[in-house]
Amino acid sequence: MSAKEKSVPTLPRDAMDPWHALRALTPARIALGRVGAGVPTSRHLELQLAQARAKDAVWRPFDVAGLEHALLADRHEVIRVHSSARDRREYLARPDFGRRLAAADGETLATLAGVYDLVFVVGDGLASLAAERHAPTLIRAVMERLGTPWRVAPIVVAELARVALADEVGAALGAKITVMLIGERPGMSAQDSLGAYVTWAPRLGRTDAERNCVSNVRPEGLGYEAAARTLSWLLQEVRRREQTGVSLRIVADARQLSA
Amino acid sequence: MSRDTGLFTAMTQPTSSHRAPLANTIASSSCHAEFAWEGHIFGHVVAGRRYQFADLRTLLARATPLRAGDQLAGLSATSEEERVAARFALADVPLSTFLMELVVPYEDDEVSRLIIDGHDAAAFAPIAHLTVGGFREWLLTASTREATLTAAAPGITPEMAAAVSKLMRIQELVLVARKCRVVTTFRTTIGLSGRLSTRLQPNHPSDDAHGIAASIIDGLLCGSGDACIGINPATDAPDTVAALLGMLDSLRQRLDAPVQSCVLSHATTTMELARRDAPVDLMFQSVAGTEAANRSFGISLALLDEAHDAVRSLGRAPPGGNVTYFETGQGSALSADAHRGVDQQTCEARAYAVARRYAPLLVNTVVGFIGPEYLYDGKQIVRAGLEDHFCGKLLGLPMGCDVCHTSHAEADEDDMDVLLTTLTVAGCSYIMGVPGADDVMLHYRSSSFHDALYLRETLGVRPAPEFEAWLNAMGIFDGANRVADARTIAASIVGEQLRLLSRGS
Repeated sequence: MSAKEKSVPTLPRDAMDPWHALRALTPARIALGRVGAGVPTSRHLELQLAQARAKDAVWRPFDVAGLEHALLADRHEVIRVHSSARDRREYLARPDFGRRLAAADGETLATLAGVYDLVFVVGDGLASLAAERHAPTLIRAVMERLGTPWRVAPIVVAELARVALADEVGAALGAKITVMLIGERPGMSAQDSLGAYVTWAPRLGRTDAERNCVSNVRPEGLGYEAAARTLSWLLQEVRRREQTGVSLRIVADARQLSA
Repeated sequence: MSRDTGLFTAMTQPTSSHRAPLANTIASSSCHAEFAWEGHIFGHVVAGRRYQFADLRTLLARATPLRAGDQLAGLSATSEEERVAARFALADVPLSTFLMELVVPYEDDEVSRLIIDGHDAAAFAPIAHLTVGGFREWLLTASTREATLTAAAPGITPEMAAAVSKLMRIQELVLVARKCRVVTTFRTTIGLSGRLSTRLQPNHPSDDAHGIAASIIDGLLCGSGDACIGINPATDAPDTVAALLGMLDSLRQRLDAPVQSCVLSHATTTMELARRDAPVDLMFQSVAGTEAANRSFGISLALLDEAHDAVRSLGRAPPGGNVTYFETGQGSALSADAHRGVDQQTCEARAYAVARRYAPLLVNTVVGFIGPEYLYDGKQIVRAGLEDHFCGKLLGLPMGCDVCHTSHAEADEDDMDVLLTTLTVAGCSYIMGVPGADDVMLHYRSSSFHDALYLRETLGVRPAPEFEAWLNAMGIFDGANRVADARTIAASIVGEQLRLLSRGS
C-alpha cells in the first residue's frame, strides 16, 4: 500500500463537496472539500506529499547501471556518456551545459561513428525514474514495429542530459535520425513521464521547432503500445520526408485526432 | 557587504557628464530617425573604484537584482558592489535618454519601433525633466495619484518602467502599483478597486471535454472564473479547439454566467476559428519583448493585428470591450536565444509594449513557469512577479499573475503564499484558479480556487461585480464575500448542466 493511500482518511462529511462524484471524470484535484477558506488537513497533506514526490524525482540519482543492465538483457549494445554539467545543481542552473557532451565523451563517440539510420539516446532529464522505468520497454516496442531494415546504432545512455544533447551524439555517430528518450519535468500528479524527441539530420544548433515530440509516455498516460505506434509511424515518415519539425507536426496532429 | 563600507560612506559622483538637451528629447519621440544620438558610456565611482557600463543595455542588466537567467546570459553584475554602482549610475540617467538610446536598435526590431513610434510626448511632458532616480521619488510621492499615473502611462516606455523598478524594493513596487488602476471589460469588469478576479484554468491531459467541464464546475462552485475561463489545450489542432470553445460557450449560456472564455491556442489557430465563426471571445497569444523572440513564437505585429481584427469582428464583446489576452514571462526571450543582450526583466517589460497595442482584457505574467535557469528560487520568483505587475500597471495594462513554480525550482507553497499576498496588496487584477493548484496537463504548481478564498477572507477583495452578483444569486457565495456553507442546490444545478452537456444536447 502506498503512503498516499495510508495518509488519506475518509473526509468528515461536512468538509466534503456535494459534487465529489465528478472526481471520476478527471485526474485534476477537484472537490477537495473546504474548511473556511482552506482545504481539510488530509487534502492539505496530500498536496504536500505530491509536491514532495515531484521534488524528490528531480533530485533522484540516475541508476545508469540498472538501465544498462536492462538494455543489455535486450541484446543492445550500450554506450555511456555524460553531459558537460558536473552535477545536478549545475545541470539545473545551466541548461547549456546539459546540451553539450563532456569533451572526452564527444571524442569517444567520434571513434564509434558508422552508417546509421537511427540512434536512441536515453537521458535522465528532469526525471531519471522515467528513463529507467519506460525507455527499455518503449525501445523494444518501437524496434518490433520498424518494418523495413533500419541500421540502428548502439544505444547511448546520457547522464545530466537535455534534449539537444542528442544532436551532438547523433552528429558524432553519423546517424540520420535521433530519438531522445528523456524524463520530463515532474508534476504533482506524475513524476515519471517520458518524452520522445525525434530529430532529422542531428547537428549542433538544431532548434526545438525542428523536432517532433511524443509526450507523457507512461502506462497511466500514453501507454507503451500507443507511443510505439505513433513513434514508429513518425520515424517512417521522417525517413520518407527527410525532415522533422513544424510541417510534420500538423500531419501528426491530424493523424492523432483520427486515430 | 561589510568588506567595503566605503560603498555607503564614500563620496559618490556620476561620471556621465553628457546630457541630452531636453527639447531634443521630447522632439525625438516623433522623429527618431533624424536624431543623431551617439550614445555614451555610463559610470559611477564607489570608494575610489570606477565602474563603467558600455551602454544603456549593459547598465540596465548590471543594475538588475540577481537573476539566474541574466547569469546564464552572462549579463549580471559580477559583484554586489557593481550591482549597486550600476543603480547609482542608472538613477542619474534622464528618462529622455530612453527615447534616444534603445536597448535593441530601432532599425532592426519592430518592438523597438512600436515603443518609439507609439510614444505619447504630451503624456511624457510632466515627467520629461526627471532622471530615473527622480522618477522613483515622483512615483512614491503621495500627491502622485491614480489620475496622474493613468495620464502618464502612454508617455512611459517599457525601458523606463524596467529601469525605475530596478531601483525599487518590494514595498515600493507594491505601493506604486496599488496606486495604478486599470479597468477592462467584457462580460465582467476587471480591475476595479477592492476587487480580485480569477482565471479558471480547468486543463486536462487529453483535452477531455467532460474532465474539463468537471474542473470548471468545481471552480465556479468555489467562486472562480470572472477574469476568464481559460483552457490550455494539449493539442493546438483547430477541431479540438473549436469543440472546446463550443462546450465553454454552451456551459456559459446554460448557467447564464457572466464570464468570458478562451482556449489558449496560437493566434493563427484563433484566426482560422474566427473565420469559421466559432465562439471566440478572446484572442490569446504568448508575446515577448523582441521581434526575434516573437518570430520564434511564430508571430509578428502584422499577424497580431490581423488576429485581433478577426476576433473583434465577431462582435461578441460589448461596445468598448477588450478582446485580447496575452501571456508573458521573464526568460522567454532568452530561452529562444533572442534576448539581444538585454536583461530578462527589461525584455519582459518590452513585451508589455506589444500587449498595450491591443488594449487587452487581461495580461498575465506566468512568473515561475519556465524554470530555475531563469528564476532560480522563491526569492527570485517573488520579486519577478511583483516587478512584472508593477511595470505592467505603470504602462497601463490589466496585469494578473500566474503565481507558480515548477518542481525543479527552489520554491514551495510558502513562497507562493508570499507572492499571492503581496500581489493582492499591490492590487493585482487577477490570479489563476487551478484545482488543488496542480495543473495536471502542464505539470506545474499554480494557485488554487482556495487560494483566492484565502485572499478574499484576509484582504477583503471581492470578485468582479457582475460575477459576484451571479455567485450570490446562485447561492454559491453568501452575500458577504464568502462561499456559502450549503452549496447543494447550486451543485445540483451545475451538475445537471454537465449531464446535459455530456448528452450533447
